[in-house]
Amino acid sequence: MPEINDKTLESQTKSSVFRRRVFGHQGVIIGAAIVLAAVLIALSAPLIAPHDPYSQDLLNRLVPPVWDSRGSWEHILGTDHLGRDYLSRLIYGARISLLIGVGAALISGLIGTVLGVAAGYFGGRVDMVVTFMITVRLSMPVVLVALAVVAIVGGSLQVVIMVLGFLLWDRFAVVMRSSTLQIRSMDYVAAAQAVGCSTTRILTTEIMPNVVNNLIVIATLEIAHAIILEAALSFLGLGVQPPLPSWGLMVSEGKDMMLFEPWLITIPGVALFLLVLAINLLGDGARDITAPENRN
Amino acid sequence: MLYYTLKRLGLAGLVALTVSFISFGLLYISSDPAIAMAGETASDADIEAIRQLYGFDRPILVQYFDWLQRAISGDLGKSYYFRTDVSVLIAERLSTTMTLGVSAITFAIVLSVPLGVAAAIRPNSVIDRIALFLSVMGQALPSFWFALMLIVFLSVSLRVLPTSGSDTWQHFIMPTIVLGYYAAPAIMRLTRTGMLEVLSTDYIRTARAKGLRPRVVLFKHALRNAVIPVVSLTAVQFGFMLGGSIVVETIFALHGAGFLAWESITRNDLPTVQGLILVFSLFYIVLTFFADLLNAWLDPRIRIN
Amino acid sequence: MSDRVLNVENLTVDIPLATGILHAVDGVSLHVDRGETLCIVGESGCGKSLTSLALMDLLPTKAIRKIEKLELGGESILGYSEREMSDVRGNKMGMIFQEPMTSLNPAFTIGNQMIETLRRHRNLSNDAARDLAKRMLEKVGITAAGQRLGQYPHQLSGGLRQRVMIAMTLLCEPELIIADEPTTALDVTIQAQILLLLKELQSEFDMGLVLITHDLGVVARIATRVAVMYAGQIVEEGTAKQIFENPLHPYTRGLMRCIPVPGKTKRGAPLGSIPGMVPSLIGDFTGCRFADRCELAGDVCRQSDVPLRDPNGKTQAYRCIHSIEMLAKGGVA
Repeated sequence: MPEINDKTLESQTKSSVFRRRVFGHQGVIIGAAIVLAAVLIALSAPLIAPHDPYSQDLLNRLVPPVWDSRGSWEHILGTDHLGRDYLSRLIYGARISLLIGVGAALISGLIGTVLGVAAGYFGGRVDMVVTFMITVRLSMPVVLVALAVVAIVGGSLQVVIMVLGFLLWDRFAVVMRSSTLQIRSMDYVAAAQAVGCSTTRILTTEIMPNVVNNLIVIATLEIAHAIILEAALSFLGLGVQPPLPSWGLMVSEGKDMMLFEPWLITIPGVALFLLVLAINLLGDGARDITAPENRN
Repeated sequence: MLYYTLKRLGLAGLVALTVSFISFGLLYISSDPAIAMAGETASDADIEAIRQLYGFDRPILVQYFDWLQRAISGDLGKSYYFRTDVSVLIAERLSTTMTLGVSAITFAIVLSVPLGVAAAIRPNSVIDRIALFLSVMGQALPSFWFALMLIVFLSVSLRVLPTSGSDTWQHFIMPTIVLGYYAAPAIMRLTRTGMLEVLSTDYIRTARAKGLRPRVVLFKHALRNAVIPVVSLTAVQFGFMLGGSIVVETIFALHGAGFLAWESITRNDLPTVQGLILVFSLFYIVLTFFADLLNAWLDPRIRIN
Repeated sequence: MSDRVLNVENLTVDIPLATGILHAVDGVSLHVDRGETLCIVGESGCGKSLTSLALMDLLPTKAIRKIEKLELGGESILGYSEREMSDVRGNKMGMIFQEPMTSLNPAFTIGNQMIETLRRHRNLSNDAARDLAKRMLEKVGITAAGQRLGQYPHQLSGGLRQRVMIAMTLLCEPELIIADEPTTALDVTIQAQILLLLKELQSEFDMGLVLITHDLGVVARIATRVAVMYAGQIVEEGTAKQIFENPLHPYTRGLMRCIPVPGKTKRGAPLGSIPGMVPSLIGDFTGCRFADRCELAGDVCRQSDVPLRDPNGKTQAYRCIHSIEMLAKGGVA
């Protein structure tokens, strides 16, 4: 019989197991549903967007959404200061957010994983160098550097993806490093080494499959991180450039009129919030499912 | 302890150096400082003259060491836009940012630590649920949007707080909330996890077996140990806030270092940007350095060895 | 102040799990007199630790405790509020735990942790408390006591830390000390010292001592009386002499067979072992819990719950349906 203390009891009382499963389950379900919806919307944007997100209609500027008395079904979410349909812009904006989020996460994930696994597996000097690189990266004010680089090079979708990709790898590196260190000290790795497996083989067959769980969790969290950062950059004018319908840019364009036309900033803001929330829930859920003890 | 301190100090210096080198390289390679300095309306001849006069045609390493030499003695160059010393410029803006940062981190701590403790004492209770819920919500909220929402509700609808400027302490309330809430979830979760762990240790069981009052067990014995990692996290979060201050100060028109960063970036004022990157990273480095020391001091197992 | 330091009647500890209710401790009754050492012996998971925690009312929050009688020094402490219990703990009743390495708070000095106990229960000045703590450290055999007071737990070895724990528990001169496997985590040589120390202190302070262990060697050294626990129940109890010289319950006999006894066990003869496993205690269980592993088990053993009985009135009680004569004949020795 295992030692009985508060911790083990907490995880075994009928009601709390049930509750936790439902709650955790709920989070993952909600998150997955929203993310799936966002992805589908983004993919099918040309099919479902009622208007062209770029076409201006200066006679119909600042039309409120359909629930306002002055709104109409022609423009369900109203129009912006250039008469562009907000719903269509919102839909296409999903593409931008997801593209940047996934793109940046891919780049930073690649960089961070390579560095982290190398540091964890080879140890010694390699570890020292990588740890130093991580410390340097953490000491750099990300927003500042990102803004500066974008300002100089010029803002665009590709630039933002590249800049974020090259700046957001630290968490990947840290987590991959510690996971690799953990796995490396396991007996089956020692066994593989003793048998004479090549380093590449050990990395691919023993290490990687076991760190993939953590990788997925961090990847989801960094996608969310990248999405928020891009929105902030675009809001400040140093991200994606107009006329692209980045949600952050939409908020920025609407902020001068936010008092009388509040939907201009509310709608893209809520969209951002929901998407990021969903991705975070998904990531948290993934972590709870694969390794509940890492709840941190 | 002394050896530990010296080692960390040396490392900190090396990191600062590397950061400044990377940012210098990024800035001066990707842009043409001569054009930035001369302005957009200058002629080609003028630009060339500036380039020669300021040595922008020299190899990047040489330029860097030149800058470094002067930076060490406190001379961060002259702002292209403001035409004053960068160090003076930053110094006068820094107090606003520091005020904002300190009140924001205080806000975050006052909000999250009690919540984390309360959640840990009663796991899976209502308060635990609320705490976790708030932390998930907080992490998803984009700060610039939150700021605008607050302005709409508090300044305009309710007319409770001023929208911009930095004259009175009321001006700092919304910026503090916006800057601080982002650090709160991480601090809350770490406090909660730390307390949960500590509360199930043997020494807490001993404390109870000695008949100590619950408040003593909680605050003297448990919190003292649980708070150690939170100290480090708080320092790190404070460092991150400097970056976050760019957005917050810009929206609320607070004339701090963050606002200065935005101004100089949009104006291609390279010396100021480089100076700010140096100052911000130095802050972070110094903060984490002291947090490490504090950490080591708080844990007698490290302190006495 | 009566001689009977501890009197427990019918203690039950139930733990609700997702799969049912775990009856971890079932109908345990104990008593300890002044100057007496009661050893509770049993294998891991038999409920002995939970029993000790139940006495101090320090069970995990989900556990449900039911007792008919709980008397400390003649006074009932049943139904005491948490506040009243905290006045008793560390004061009239003390507890020593198994892991000296982790039982002291690493962030505070030895002196700090000892003085806080004293000042919690006694109206003493800081200096007076410090003096008392110092003297107590010396009494448990710690040299340079004054220095030790200013040291942190991590600066002391395991054996020293356990001495500190003992000293800390004795500070308020409790009537009863419960020691849960106090020597299990220590070196064998230190074990002997600590046990000797406990014995000396017990007689000096005239306390009752409940010592929980799985090690019969410890029992042999220090016990006045023994209670053998199995699967949450006491299956045999008696004086140390009775238990060692004439174990009645098949489980106790099985335990005795497992230990090699110099002089008695023949060279090359196989050591005994008890086949099988402890039954699951989740949900209702009728009959003898040892039946599945007992050579003498029959259908009658499983039909109904077996009470603890002392047929000869000689203070040796056992929980088996068979008579003493039958057990002797059964050849399980």
